[in-house]
Amino acid sequence: MAVVKLFGTWFSPYAYRVIWALKLKGISYEYIEEDIRSKSPLLLQYNPIHKKVPVLVHDGKPICESTVILQYIDEIWPQNPLLPADPYDRAVALFWIKFADDKVYLMSKLYQADGEEQRAAVKEWLEMLEVMEEHVLIGGKKFFSGDEINMVDIAFSFVAHWLGVLEDVVGLEIFEPHKFPRVSSWIQNFKSIPLIKENLPDADKMSAFSKHGREMMLASKSN
Amino acid sequence: MGDEKVVLLDFWPSPFGMRVRTALAVKGIKYEYKEEDLSNKSDLLLKMNPIHKKIPVLIHNGKPICESLIQVQYIDEIWPHKSPLLPTDPYQRAIAKFWADFVEKKIYDLGKKVWTTKGEEQEAAKKEFIACLKLLEGELGNKDYFGGENLGYVDVVLVPFYSWFYAYEKCGNFSIERECPKLIAWAKRCMEKDSVSKSLPDQQKIYGFVLHLRKVVGLSKILCLQHISRHC
Repeated sequence: MAVVKLFGTWFSPYAYRVIWALKLKGISYEYIEEDIRSKSPLLLQYNPIHKKVPVLVHDGKPICESTVILQYIDEIWPQNPLLPADPYDRAVALFWIKFADDKVYLMSKLYQADGEEQRAAVKEWLEMLEVMEEHVLIGGKKFFSGDEINMVDIAFSFVAHWLGVLEDVVGLEIFEPHKFPRVSSWIQNFKSIPLIKENLPDADKMSAFSKHGREMMLASKSN
Repeated sequence: MGDEKVVLLDFWPSPFGMRVRTALAVKGIKYEYKEEDLSNKSDLLLKMNPIHKKIPVLIHNGKPICESLIQVQYIDEIWPHKSPLLPTDPYQRAIAKFWADFVEKKIYDLGKKVWTTKGEEQEAAKKEFIACLKLLEGELGNKDYFGGENLGYVDVVLVPFYSWFYAYEKCGNFSIERECPKLIAWAKRCMEKDSVSKSLPDQQKIYGFVLHLRKVVGLSKILCLQHISRHC
């Protein structure tokens, strides 16, 4: 019987993408927690190029990069598909997944910024949220592709949960629900799904962890 | 597949556009090529890629597909029978996608640093650029192509940068062939195929384009230019 292992870290949105994908498909797996400040030899062996989590190991074979992992999972276990069957619809979904992937850096950008840089980072966040509101969540759908979540929702999940933690850490409200009603509905729908609700990193724990790290980082910046 | 209308909105020096040209050529797909003036973008481009407003845009029967890696995968799915680019085995597909992602994350940005910076910054970029090419050589191994015996997905994704190598070398004052002979041998092998050589502009022409940009715009402003914008 093939064994599935997942290397992740408790706060990583990328690791959670894989957790949700595996659970959506009903796949059992062994989870291995990595300390990113002290990576295990096994992780470095499985992902020598990027040395990062998540890494999925299926039957001894490693797959790296969360979007590649999710597509692999979708091909091996086709139940509860993560991508549309039609090639054009799939290309559109992959476009939005890439868009989301290219914006995750805004998390660390805002986290590390102060002063003018912070204002610039907030502006970029708002631009991204506007694109979600005006271009992605049109048509009154519950989720990005319809009534069920798929890889596009999973890709934007950092907005649904991690953004709230970031706002708490930097002490700013970036996402005002009344300004982004469609995004707001989507977040509520997404976090109401039992599989998602029951599998989210603790926000308070993340907040405390990140606040401490940020204080240290900003202090060393000003020294 | 008979009466398909395929249009490609592109800009001749764009390595991202070259990927799509190559994929279409490998599959023998007839298409209409439209050259965009990036300082005066067409209404069609702005309508077909409203989010990024960038080339290349592939338009298939009136419907746009954006992002070059997605375009190449789409082409491979729509026309699967001729010269398949991605393997059928899911694990091999994941490996191919991983390396295409690696090229996407590293090569363009590092190459751009090589021809737009000087001094220590340029030296650091050259070093990292060569290190990435060596990793790619490792993945290639003893195969003729990344795809094995024939051109595959990673070949199509990477080979366009070969048209920029001469420009990188002149600007960076180094020889890529000396550092990565296997990779250059691979690139030349790809260029023996019409589908590649007819899709890539001449290296001298790319270098001329770079010189023109440096002269007209000045090195410090180049980083802001849309002409060499990486998103596609």
